[in-house]
Amino acid sequence: MANHTVAETLPVPFLEKTGILSWILSTDHKRIGIMYLVSISTFFLIAGAFALTFRFELLTPEKNIMDPHTYNVLFTLHGAIMVFLFIVPGLAASFGNFLIPLMIGARDVAFPRLNLGSYWIYLLGAIIILIALLKPADTGWTFYTPYSIQTETDVIMITLGIFVLGFSSILTGLNFIVTIHKLRAPGMTWHRLPLFIWASYATAILQVLATPVVAITLLLLIAERTLGIGFFDPAKGGDPILFQGFFWFYSHPAVYIMIIPAMGVISEIIPVFARKPIFGYKAIAYSSLAIALISFFVWAHHMFTSGISEVAATIFSFLTFLVAIPTAIKVFNWTATLYKGSIWLHSAMLYALSFIWLFTIGGLTGVFLGALAADVHLHDTYFIVAHMHYVMVGGTVMGFFGALHFWYPKWFGKMFNENIAKIAWFLVFVGFNLTFLPQFILGTQGMPRRYATYPPEFQTLNELSTIGSWILGIGIFIVVVNLIKGLFNGEKAPQNPYNSLSLEWSVPSPPPHENFEEIPHVTDWTYGYGKKQNTEK
Amino acid sequence: MSWLPEVASNLASKVDGVLWFITIISLIFFIIISTFLIYFAIKYRRRGDDEETPYITGNLTLELIWTVIPSILLMVIFVYGFVVFKDMRTPPKEATEINVVAKQWLWQFEYYNGKKTLNELYVQQNRPVKMVMRSDDVLHSFFVPAFRVKQDLMGGRYTQLWFTPTKVGTFQLFCAEYCGTGHSKMLGKVIVLSPEAYDRWEKGEEEEEGVASLSPAERGEQIYANSGCNACHSLDGSKLVGPTFKGLIGGESELEDGEIITADENYVRESILEPQGKTVKGYPPVMPSFKGILSDNDISALIAYMKTLN
Amino acid sequence: MEEIGIEHGHVHHIDPAVGYESSKLGMWLFLATELLLFGGLFAVYTIFRAKYPVLFEEQHHELNKTLGAANTVILIFSSLTMALGVASIQKGKRNLLSILLAITIICGVMFGINKYFEYTAKFEHHIYPSTSIFFALYYMMTGLHMLHVLVGVIILAVLLVLNIRGKFTEKYNAPIEIGGLYWHLVDLIWIYLFPLLYLIA
Repeated sequence: MANHTVAETLPVPFLEKTGILSWILSTDHKRIGIMYLVSISTFFLIAGAFALTFRFELLTPEKNIMDPHTYNVLFTLHGAIMVFLFIVPGLAASFGNFLIPLMIGARDVAFPRLNLGSYWIYLLGAIIILIALLKPADTGWTFYTPYSIQTETDVIMITLGIFVLGFSSILTGLNFIVTIHKLRAPGMTWHRLPLFIWASYATAILQVLATPVVAITLLLLIAERTLGIGFFDPAKGGDPILFQGFFWFYSHPAVYIMIIPAMGVISEIIPVFARKPIFGYKAIAYSSLAIALISFFVWAHHMFTSGISEVAATIFSFLTFLVAIPTAIKVFNWTATLYKGSIWLHSAMLYALSFIWLFTIGGLTGVFLGALAADVHLHDTYFIVAHMHYVMVGGTVMGFFGALHFWYPKWFGKMFNENIAKIAWFLVFVGFNLTFLPQFILGTQGMPRRYATYPPEFQTLNELSTIGSWILGIGIFIVVVNLIKGLFNGEKAPQNPYNSLSLEWSVPSPPPHENFEEIPHVTDWTYGYGKKQNTEK
Repeated sequence: MSWLPEVASNLASKVDGVLWFITIISLIFFIIISTFLIYFAIKYRRRGDDEETPYITGNLTLELIWTVIPSILLMVIFVYGFVVFKDMRTPPKEATEINVVAKQWLWQFEYYNGKKTLNELYVQQNRPVKMVMRSDDVLHSFFVPAFRVKQDLMGGRYTQLWFTPTKVGTFQLFCAEYCGTGHSKMLGKVIVLSPEAYDRWEKGEEEEEGVASLSPAERGEQIYANSGCNACHSLDGSKLVGPTFKGLIGGESELEDGEIITADENYVRESILEPQGKTVKGYPPVMPSFKGILSDNDISALIAYMKTLN
Repeated sequence: MEEIGIEHGHVHHIDPAVGYESSKLGMWLFLATELLLFGGLFAVYTIFRAKYPVLFEEQHHELNKTLGAANTVILIFSSLTMALGVASIQKGKRNLLSILLAITIICGVMFGINKYFEYTAKFEHHIYPSTSIFFALYYMMTGLHMLHVLVGVIILAVLLVLNIRGKFTEKYNAPIEIGGLYWHLVDLIWIYLFPLLYLIA
């Protein structure tokens, strides 16, 4: 293995320098990745704490610990912070930054200073949103008009924050597209690219093309509140459904901004721990792009009961089913990759397998919502809440935790306690299902979402869900403690603890500044596991 | 405990057909994937570091199968969902119209004969009804789980919904579109009457029954719960959208302009009929007028009830 | 055991040609986002014009067609000077670029002055964004566009200063080309805005 001897002579690891300026002025993609990782994780924990609080309120049908207004504020903040500060930047900005240059054999992204600028803009947006907490909005993260025009809470500040975050998202996406196009190492052809890169590419396209629309939408919403224009206000001749159309034109593709990077992560973890080539590489790669493309034409499936025409509803229902097909293909491909493998149930692999299982539930329940007649009954009930969390937590967060456990040795050069990681995984998995499975039934029984109080017949299932949230909370707490502890007293990580074939494992852990001493010349794809001579093809 | 609410409209059984159909297909797929996932994870778990694995990169036949079969099934589901949806959107010509106005946070129903009710919708068993709906303020959504119907309401545009109730009884009506602080208290009842009972209700005979035996304060308590007061006014002193009823009558209130008044019966009456006239400081002026909705008798009963809270 | 499929070659830091290609691709992507941003407003315009054709027809007469047309000519002219500027630096004519950039900037400023007079005249007639859907669109679209003109003028001013200091040559002029692309976009958007708002038939 030639790369081992090279490792001895390489320059200092990227983590060597300390001091605050060495971070906030760093243009090293790996450091910027860490800054994103720390920021998004902090917001994930804050928004999670909000959820635990209002889940506690739902233990009893009537008022428990908070008045309805506080409840409404908390679910709004939970949603807005989770979506805009955690999950949209999420895997793309943290792991995307860390991995894209390493995986394609580049020294950094195409525009390192712009990359740092994106992070600062993210931070600025985050600060504005924190200021908005002084008089927090109670509109729900969707900011539907005309309520968001009329409420006396501060909607302007939080939407302004999200507007600013949009720039960060656009610039990151732009940076990644150019990086993937122009900075691939010699020999790293499109069809040799790791699937995480394909996923990041599809995500970046969505970020660049969808975000401007939410920017203009939020700008118009701010203008409604400040200048008194009335595009979305029926009292002024405007149309509230127009807002929904605009909002979902961004926010549906945004759902895929959130999930596609996690799909990329899963496609990396499974072949390594199964020691098998990924099954159906091209199908997975192109289905990411297909999902990205179709996702621009399905937005109105959030609006079947809002008053859109029957024709529009029918067209959008049809297109929604189209997007389900590439998604299903991915699930089958991942499962097939396991066939005749040598499966190491490492904690990262456990998260990856959980992803497949939970995402299957999330995806199948999405089929209910795409079917017009079924959606009428299920829309705006807890069924939606459960479905969305199966995709966003069962999917993206499982992918995020999987990525954390998988690339942790590479990124930080340390190992974490694997046994504790497995226990934490178990609690997260059980807690998550206990929290959200009952919500499917609450939804089919008809409990509407965003209810601070509810009729007593829904109590038992709500109790189960709240108890589940405690287990989930404890599980996540252990994950965090275990990973932080590893940073201080974990063993030193070897260069390639899982014998992965991907380029990032060909450099020391943690990688040196500028990654590669010499740009590698790629001769094979990333997934050449298994014995080639014994099998056909 | 059933996973679906009871079936109480003609549409409900059709929607359940779609729900069951998708559930069965989903379960089949779910079981297949779960089985393979768990089976593979156990069967092929790593037993040693040098295990050999085959180099399999794909299988066109298999991939075609799992692309084509789900595609066909999804198209079937789409068509089935669409066909039932078409029914749900096409009211029969003979359907009786009822006007619905939603506002923060109550439902108002107006029948063809000019009769009005609040938060209680009276319909006749086996007679199709069509709701012509609008909102006075923000978005709301008319949702009756037992009927499997849901439709948003908004200002500046009418939306429609229809159903034929098939069972006599009382069914829960929810507001399903988030509409602010009182959202979870914007509840109503759909009361399905047999044709005879409906006749009596239409003629106004029903109302006197049972009500006469109640004291004014007891009647006031019913009005408090059924007319939407409870969405904004608490009984225990806590602050909701509006001031609490506890200790309101006879107590002192500071108005928006700084004037301090003693809230007496006349002030309460005035506030119910002309809510925007004298609002209490620190509360938004959002209360709708109950003029023409609550009768003089109702208001007196409500005041009698409020007095018991001191 | 499998091995990572690489050989070590001798390619080093980012090639200037790749850097140039990258920044151009980046700029085109950015322009795409700008088009989508305005695309949102054009969609709002289309929807409400279809809904309220009479209102649009009546109220557009309030707009000052002469000033609008003058601004159109100014911007088209400035696009021409910008394009000539890019061509001149590619031939190494640095002083000519400075002159052309200065003219472009003056055009941008003139555009802004005209807009200032237009807006104040509207305010004097008590026409505000809240007056009607049409005027809301007028203010939002031209306002957002004006913001882009302003940003464009600042970018061009920075480029002008850098050019006077001798930063750009026949070989290295990517920032001029990219700045020029942005200015053409600003011009292009106005070419759509002008007929949509001022010349409703």
